[in-house]
Amino acid sequence: MKSAVIVFPGSNCDRDLAVALKEVSGREPIMVWHQEAELPEGLDLIGVPGGFSYGDYLRSGAMAARSPVMRAVKDAADRGVSVLGICNGFQILTEAGLLPGALMRNSTISFVCRDVKLKVENSQSAFTSRYEAQEEIRVPVAHHDGNYTADAATLDRLEGEGRIAFRYAGEVNGSARDIAGIINDKGNVLGMMPHPERMIEPAHGGTDGRRLFEGLLEAIG
Amino acid sequence: MKARVYVTLKNGVLDPQGKAIHHALEGLGFAGVNDVRAGKLIELDLAETVEDAEIEAMCRKLLANTVIENFRIERAQ
Repeated sequence: MKSAVIVFPGSNCDRDLAVALKEVSGREPIMVWHQEAELPEGLDLIGVPGGFSYGDYLRSGAMAARSPVMRAVKDAADRGVSVLGICNGFQILTEAGLLPGALMRNSTISFVCRDVKLKVENSQSAFTSRYEAQEEIRVPVAHHDGNYTADAATLDRLEGEGRIAFRYAGEVNGSARDIAGIINDKGNVLGMMPHPERMIEPAHGGTDGRRLFEGLLEAIG
Repeated sequence: MKARVYVTLKNGVLDPQGKAIHHALEGLGFAGVNDVRAGKLIELDLAETVEDAEIEAMCRKLLANTVIENFRIERAQ
């Protein structure tokens, strides 16, 4: 699996994601700075990491979504390259139009930083094949703007097409229909607020996140 | 030439910040506040040649997220 991790000013989970990808695939990902207009050749996976790109100015992910590298990420996604956006990465992917909806301030207003239980809604995607449908897994969240919002028609479409990958098993941030992660219509882009890369070895307190990367490795080589 | 762009949440979109402000106002003893919605004001200092359509494009492409927000442009001299 040849992968790249995009690095924006203010990214802070880029190295965690790189370690997870290296651990699982055995291959070091290429770190790509946000000002690059082109991505390395032959990528199988692009990781858009968590953090506070551009200090969350204007809206979380808004500036990063308009940076030069995101045009290349969009082109790659259109060609079928897998894209995984975690936390701020999910916010960036919605701002860039790669995923529908938007992530607003948590309904509680407060930053939420703890392990949460997720229900795997779709276990058929390239990202979730190592999970059982309806399985409960435990993965940490750490965000201020994770309150997923979209109009009712979009939410219905996501549900109808099996594009909700993960739901929160309990109240976390006010997300519409408890959505924690969604997949695009082609099935090659996943955005999620929880951090699977922070749950890949026993020392992290659990390994439920590891299977996401293992499934990806199996699905895309 | 200056323009002001007001960015507000669309009707029906829940506004947790507005709610918290509302709650705080009540806590301070201000009765009679029915609802609070928080938005943004962005001031642009523009060259005279910038047309309305261009300001609108700025709003659509960056200043507002039209999934959840409306915008209103006010030009001032």
